[in-house]
Amino acid sequence: MNELFEAYDARGPAYDEMFAGTDPREHYARLLDTMGSLSHAELAGRVESLQSGYLDQGVTFDIGGEERAFPIDIVPRVIGQEQWAVIDRGVQQRVQALERFLADIYGAGEAFTDGVIPRRVVTTSSHYCREAFGIEPPNGVRVQVSGTDLVRDGEGRFRVLEDNVRVPSGVSYVMTNRRAISTALPEAFAKHRVRTVSSYPQRLLAALRAAAPAGVDDPNVVVLTPGAFNGAYFEHALLARTMGVELVEGRDLVCRRGRVLMRTTNGLEQVHVIYRRVDDEFLDPVHFLADSLLGCPGLVNAARAGNVTIANAIGNGVADDKLVYTYLPDLIRYYLSEEPVLDNVDTWRLGEPKHRDEVMDRLDELVLKPVDGSGGKGIVIGPAASAKELDELRRQVLLDPRSWIAQPVVQLSTVPTYIDGTIAPRHVDLRPFAVNDGHKVWVLPGGLTRVALPEGELIVNSSRGGGSKDTWVLAGPGAAPQRREPAASGPHEIAPLDSGPVGDDRSTQAEQQQQSRTRDADPC
Amino acid sequence: MLSRIAESLFWIGRYVERAEDTARILEVQTQLMVEDPTVDIATTCDGVLAIMGVPVDPGEVVGTRELLQRLAYDPDSPASIHATLRAAREVARRARETLSTSMWEAVNTTWRAIPSGRFDAMAPPTAFAWVRDRAALINGTADATMLRDEGWQFLVLGRSIERADMTARLVAAASLSTSSAWTTSLRACGGYESFLRTYRGLETDRVAAEFLVLDRLFPRSVVFALTRAEQCLENLDASGQRSWSTARWPTCSPTCRTRWSDCSAPARRRPRQ
Repeated sequence: MNELFEAYDARGPAYDEMFAGTDPREHYARLLDTMGSLSHAELAGRVESLQSGYLDQGVTFDIGGEERAFPIDIVPRVIGQEQWAVIDRGVQQRVQALERFLADIYGAGEAFTDGVIPRRVVTTSSHYCREAFGIEPPNGVRVQVSGTDLVRDGEGRFRVLEDNVRVPSGVSYVMTNRRAISTALPEAFAKHRVRTVSSYPQRLLAALRAAAPAGVDDPNVVVLTPGAFNGAYFEHALLARTMGVELVEGRDLVCRRGRVLMRTTNGLEQVHVIYRRVDDEFLDPVHFLADSLLGCPGLVNAARAGNVTIANAIGNGVADDKLVYTYLPDLIRYYLSEEPVLDNVDTWRLGEPKHRDEVMDRLDELVLKPVDGSGGKGIVIGPAASAKELDELRRQVLLDPRSWIAQPVVQLSTVPTYIDGTIAPRHVDLRPFAVNDGHKVWVLPGGLTRVALPEGELIVNSSRGGGSKDTWVLAGPGAAPQRREPAASGPHEIAPLDSGPVGDDRSTQAEQQQQSRTRDADPC
Repeated sequence: MLSRIAESLFWIGRYVERAEDTARILEVQTQLMVEDPTVDIATTCDGVLAIMGVPVDPGEVVGTRELLQRLAYDPDSPASIHATLRAAREVARRARETLSTSMWEAVNTTWRAIPSGRFDAMAPPTAFAWVRDRAALINGTADATMLRDEGWQFLVLGRSIERADMTARLVAAASLSTSSAWTTSLRACGGYESFLRTYRGLETDRVAAEFLVLDRLFPRSVVFALTRAEQCLENLDASGQRSWSTARWPTCSPTCRTRWSDCSAPARRRPRQ
């Protein structure tokens, strides 16, 4: 055990990803080795330059109007090849099931007739969207981008905590974190075969182009952002920049005769695919919130007319509903005839009297979540709540039981994290991102690891003071392959650099003469 | 290119140039107030603020400190370098996806020196030199990394218009005080040596003003900046076609160096001689 990790205590109730008791797990051995050779001071210096680097590059996010550097921890999280294979399969399966589910509920509704999921569960969801009927995605894809939140339970198994198929954010930090950490820990990075995350923008662009309306060969793709004051603006700009497409705001768009056009310096140009990072309710004041300035009036009608594709599709939110989530294992079996690869976390639906009776008198042991919340909003962790908070919670639950689910407290796994000069275990989750181009669901080998920085804290959202980690998915055992010498194929004769007057013979001679003359003139 | 992005680039050009030129004007004036015992500080400060369009409450006596506050350090004064660099960074952030990474970082790190307190901690002359350096860095990075498309034209257009405006203000400020202001103004523009070479050491107020306003070859002169701006507009106008003919480029007559009348509208259209 080396100096940095000396005081590390992995014997908490949670599963620790680096140590099994006191022995390091196999896929962390190299990291432990290389990081262990750093001194405290060296590590502190690198942490410092990580943060200031993010400020200089403007890798920031907004909390309540204040712009902050996105917090990144220097210790990467390593995921072995086999573990990743499970995640990869599980996420693909889940996305495929959700695609089928959304197509079904905004279509024939077979799952209702076959009794897999009650119709009322879907129709009472606050994100269920009647406007989405009749909008047929050209290549059948509604979930171009998804982010599935995974946690590891006490035994280290990955479980799904929630699905995000509306506008999942965070993928930009996966890319910037990788660049920052590979610069900060080059020794460790070189010792691993880490799968690359930089192909994400190209994959996303390919999926968006594949979703273009029929008959458009060279679609004009744009990213729609709410604007520079949105918390995730950095991400919108990064995606637009790396895909090489325009980043538009609602006011840049105009709808005419069922088409969406954008205002450019050369007049109006038609837009074919909109990767929107604006929520459903703000997208089109004609159909949704009438006072929204973030969207563009007429967008939904243009989409219905088949002249523009909105990605992700409108109405996807119903699949994020935590009540629908509880039916997902059944839906996977129903649509795909497969057993779920990744399990859900056990969940009680408080809308059902039987479940409610089981739960109501033990709220203090459970986690209660509102079904339509995101970003950790409204979550009550029973063991950490006061009696007064629990009474209030009980009252709210009884008022509207449909809106709540209960889960046991999952002890999220812990990963070593740099805290005030030492390394200590902190709880993490994982959000892998998947891109669906209609042929294949591709899972970005990496994903965003969020870490709760206060000791013992279980909510990892960055809006609640969480940090992030670079996530290394190993391509195989062993170190990075040595780079081979490039074969000699270049031109054989290369002209030397022109040295200019400074290296010129004549000027050197003149200089020498000048110097010797002054020496001669010197009386000494 | 989106119209909104074009606007952002135009304003990046303007704000960066404004910060730089404000620093130059302050450099001249503060140096004058230190060097020249005959200068009446209150009148000069009043005059400079008026030229920069900053309102002064009637009856308020403005000293060097207030002048520096209003034009350099005060975040709430819209003409200050602080506010201008903040604005530059804000518009750059909105056009971020169209800027090269190095260009964005040049703007962003410049701004970061202000909230971190580094800018406020510098002595005024150091601060002015720093602003000039940063502006040179931003402009140089833009020059080295930006595609010469419409965006570039809008950036240069903004910069040139602002430069014409600010050089005019610099000249106006210099004419407030005694003759030594001209040398300092030329120095602040980095044009003193070229001025001496051009006029072979003949140094009078009139030629100095002429050099700053009318010189065809000095890149900070009003005429040079206006010509550049006009060129940008012509390029933008022609940017529908990728090729351009030399006949479209405006030229000034060689005598422009001394006579403004040759630069007036009808003559501008004359083909290159």
